[in-house]
Amino acid sequence: MSLYNLQKFLYELNRDESIQSQYKEDIDVLISKYTLTEEESDALREGDIGLLYVLGVNGQILMHYAAFLGVEWFDYLDKMREGINDHGAVRDGVYAMTGGGKSFTTEEDDR
Amino acid sequence: MSLVYTGVLSHAPGITGRAHMVENTEKRDEFYAALEQQRRDIVETKAEAIIVIAAEHFANFFMNNMPAYCVGIGESYEGPIEDPEWLAIEKTTIPGAPDLGKRLTRIIMETVDVSYSEEWKFDHGIMVPLNFLTPNYDLPVIPVNINCQGPPLTPLHRAWAFGEALRRACDQVPENIAIVGTGGISHWPATPDSGKINEAWDREFLDRLMNHDKEALLSYNDEDTYRDAGQGGFEIRTFITAAAAAGGKGDLQFYTAELPIFAVGCTVASFCLS
Repeated sequence: MSLYNLQKFLYELNRDESIQSQYKEDIDVLISKYTLTEEESDALREGDIGLLYVLGVNGQILMHYAAFLGVEWFDYLDKMREGINDHGAVRDGVYAMTGGGKSFTTEEDDR
Repeated sequence: MSLVYTGVLSHAPGITGRAHMVENTEKRDEFYAALEQQRRDIVETKAEAIIVIAAEHFANFFMNNMPAYCVGIGESYEGPIEDPEWLAIEKTTIPGAPDLGKRLTRIIMETVDVSYSEEWKFDHGIMVPLNFLTPNYDLPVIPVNINCQGPPLTPLHRAWAFGEALRRACDQVPENIAIVGTGGISHWPATPDSGKINEAWDREFLDRLMNHDKEALLSYNDEDTYRDAGQGGFEIRTFITAAAAAGGKGDLQFYTAELPIFAVGCTVASFCLS
């Protein structure tokens, strides 16, 4: 796990148009500048919002990345839910703070 | 006394960006009207600058060097950092108040350690309030940030002390200054539970806030807040700081939990200055 590096990648992408250009030109070059796991790198290459959420990326970072990718609001919410279904509870970060990250899935089941 | 106005209001990207997706348009328009009244109230005070106590969302500050508190002393600021179409706010330049900001910061530093920044990219946390309160961007802005996003977070009693320090600083300069705190109460922003609002928790918090009940306000802890009010609940720090700066009871001008597409309970309030 290198959630710090993963979030830093997205933080820098979100706030810097020159990095956004690099992302569009050659994402592999950009990814190579950060120490990331294969899973994290793949999630970025594929723009996998659901997996990034499960890996622990803060929604305040992830939401802007989703907007950058052109993901519509309700699709963004669905992708996070699908991520939990496919990969399980949030593993790290602020959403794993209580309940081992399971609170959201539990609440979803209760609805 | 040069603090002429203190209030609070909600921010959220949906308030502007998803306005067209609202089902309860009557409630939405009531909220917008309350914000317009807040704008007029601030204009009436002849405020020469506005301090926006915000809880920014990784637009400027990250876990490589996260300040608990930061005051903006830049000449000007750019915003929004988000896609303008997504936020429904055009990119613009916002005037700062560098000289005033530096004088305030020096006084705040007598009692509270703050960082300062001459660079700041405004995100929705500041742009949405400004969109309603100074839509022509002609009022100098001093952004103030409290880290409410990346734990460890500043304790609530320090947020209170910071509010008192802000007040002392404002009262020692000649300019008329308005302060607004902008945050959310309970909300689960940008998560699968976006749209969920714990109205009972919000109303209890607002009761404490309006009654200037310092002891009750400072009795929350982050674990309970996270459980009952979500990650967004950490932003009560901005409201608590505003209340401490005002020093008096509040007047709740608007609250609703009936606009879930905004992903936050929508609040507008002002405080007596005492």
